[in-house]
Amino acid sequence: MVKVYTSSVIDAPADRVWAAIRDFNALPNWHPVIKDSRIEGGLHADRVGCIRNFNLKDGGNIREQLLTLSDFDYSYTYSLLESPLGVSNYTATLKLTPITDGNRSFAEWTAEFDCEPAKARELAELVGNGVFQGGFDALKRQFGGR
Amino acid sequence: MVQVRRSTVIDAPIDAVWGLLRDFNGHDRWHPAVAESRIEDGRRADEIGCVRRFRLAAGGELREQLLRLSDREHSLTYCILESPIPLIDYVATLSLKPVTDGTRTFCEWRSSFRTPPGEEAALAALVGAQIYEAGFDAIKASFGQAPGTRARNPAAAAPRAALPADRAIDCNGIVVERFGGPEVMHWERLSAPPPGVGEVRLKHSAIGLNYIDVYTRNGYYPLIEPPGVLGMEAAGLVLDIGPGVHGILPGDRVAYACLPPGAYAEYRTMKAELLVVLPEDIGDELAAAAMLKGMSAEFLLHRVHRVREGDAILVHAAAGGVGLLLCQWGRALGATVIGTVGSVEKARLARAHGCAYPILYGEEDFVERVMEITRGQGCAVVYDSVGRDTFLRSYEALAVRGHLVSFGQASGPPEPVDIAGFVLKSALVSRPNFGHYTGTASEVRSITDRLFDAIRRGILQVEIGQRYKLREAAEAHRALEARRTTGSTILLP
Repeated sequence: MVKVYTSSVIDAPADRVWAAIRDFNALPNWHPVIKDSRIEGGLHADRVGCIRNFNLKDGGNIREQLLTLSDFDYSYTYSLLESPLGVSNYTATLKLTPITDGNRSFAEWTAEFDCEPAKARELAELVGNGVFQGGFDALKRQFGGR
Repeated sequence: MVQVRRSTVIDAPIDAVWGLLRDFNGHDRWHPAVAESRIEDGRRADEIGCVRRFRLAAGGELREQLLRLSDREHSLTYCILESPIPLIDYVATLSLKPVTDGTRTFCEWRSSFRTPPGEEAALAALVGAQIYEAGFDAIKASFGQAPGTRARNPAAAAPRAALPADRAIDCNGIVVERFGGPEVMHWERLSAPPPGVGEVRLKHSAIGLNYIDVYTRNGYYPLIEPPGVLGMEAAGLVLDIGPGVHGILPGDRVAYACLPPGAYAEYRTMKAELLVVLPEDIGDELAAAAMLKGMSAEFLLHRVHRVREGDAILVHAAAGGVGLLLCQWGRALGATVIGTVGSVEKARLARAHGCAYPILYGEEDFVERVMEITRGQGCAVVYDSVGRDTFLRSYEALAVRGHLVSFGQASGPPEPVDIAGFVLKSALVSRPNFGHYTGTASEVRSITDRLFDAIRRGILQVEIGQRYKLREAAEAHRALEARRTTGSTILLP
């Protein structure tokens, strides 16, 4: 099992950051590598069990299923159903925690998955630094942060 | 139970910060409130269950017991055994997390406790400021950093990016200058201001025409004070959102059917709460045609009266916007649908939408026909949006313990009735108000979920009978009031 942990500080209150990211169908609105996204079957994007189907700007297609969504914890968890990455048993959690000192947000994105051992390091780098840190960088551009 | 939580970011690697905090007997080295610390009974400081005794800088003693210590989670939990200040059942956790983006540490201190009555707020503030925030500042100082920016003004902390454009958008819309006929409707300049707290700004793509717009225009319902903009229903694109808006983002396709009026405009700034984000397979025109009438049909058939399989139901104006939906959905629920219509063409349309027995009210007596069709039983429920011309006779068409649902008055308000007379049928009479069934986000959600599902499954075919340009809305009102429209009518900006 490969584990990835990426965290950052976004210079905006958790309510505001959460409003931008809680929509499971809104990745293209804030994440720079996502081209488009839709929820399969016309379900609402906050219905646990719904599947988002999105395309990356470089062409890959990914399907992910929402497993938990909590406005109370500012967090959601999802699993990867299909992707070109070559991983299995992939689940990830995106979570915000308010930083009372300065009214900012602590953002954490974690993932666990299985893959060929030879590819573990490369995939952990891609997920943690590419996807997760890339998303945080975009949020910092949008809201501020360092 | 009082809960206190404070958090900060320390500009040092997590191992360094944890090295400082982990020592349960070392808090006197960094926390300004603690003058001296020792562990009782010669136990080790990382032995779970050990008790530390603080001599406080302000005088007095404090005894705390270590309940949990985790090097893996970088956290420790402890409780107060004895304290000079009344913190009862106090349990606190101090925990760290790495900020991988920069080598920093997120630090959180949280607790829950009880206090003597009335002291909750004061003691919560004391713990938060003098123990936790003062502790954070001391930790930062030991890593050479400036103290935190607590009690920052929330307004000053608001981010600068992502704020909506601060300019109003000029546009046009239909304004009612005073209550009256369609002639009081004028195409005028309007302005959609930047969205405030809880608001969004929309660019309308399609606007629904409803009979309630007529009642708004002529003042029968006091929903606007002229001059005002009509319209309760529309679909469109979210341009920008104000602070505090959840679940809706710029670029979302949304629709609504709610008060206050204001939909007859190219752009609109409004409360976000009752907006519905449209599923991909529900188009804008369909949504503008279906929201208000479809939501009405949903609560009329499922909430005002729960229509059951085998019921005979009578729908007045069966070829109208709500009428066609009641026919289709009623039939899908297993009811025998009887409808009144004004022309052969409308009878055909109603029949095609599930009305088994369309009755031409100009040629046939609908009460007699209902009694023939139901073999003298009458209908379990009558949906009457016609009002004065039909209301009393609708009662005659009811079965014993039937339900007369009056949800409109296209022909004028019903005459006052002698409710005592209803004893002859033990009749139930309802006068549902759209807003009372659709006034909260969760109600709207629950209703539109079932509505969109019915559309998706083909139970409801939403007939867009007419399309008018928004600026020609007065013409659309004339057609609606002259009963010349069929199905839904939409206005296009």
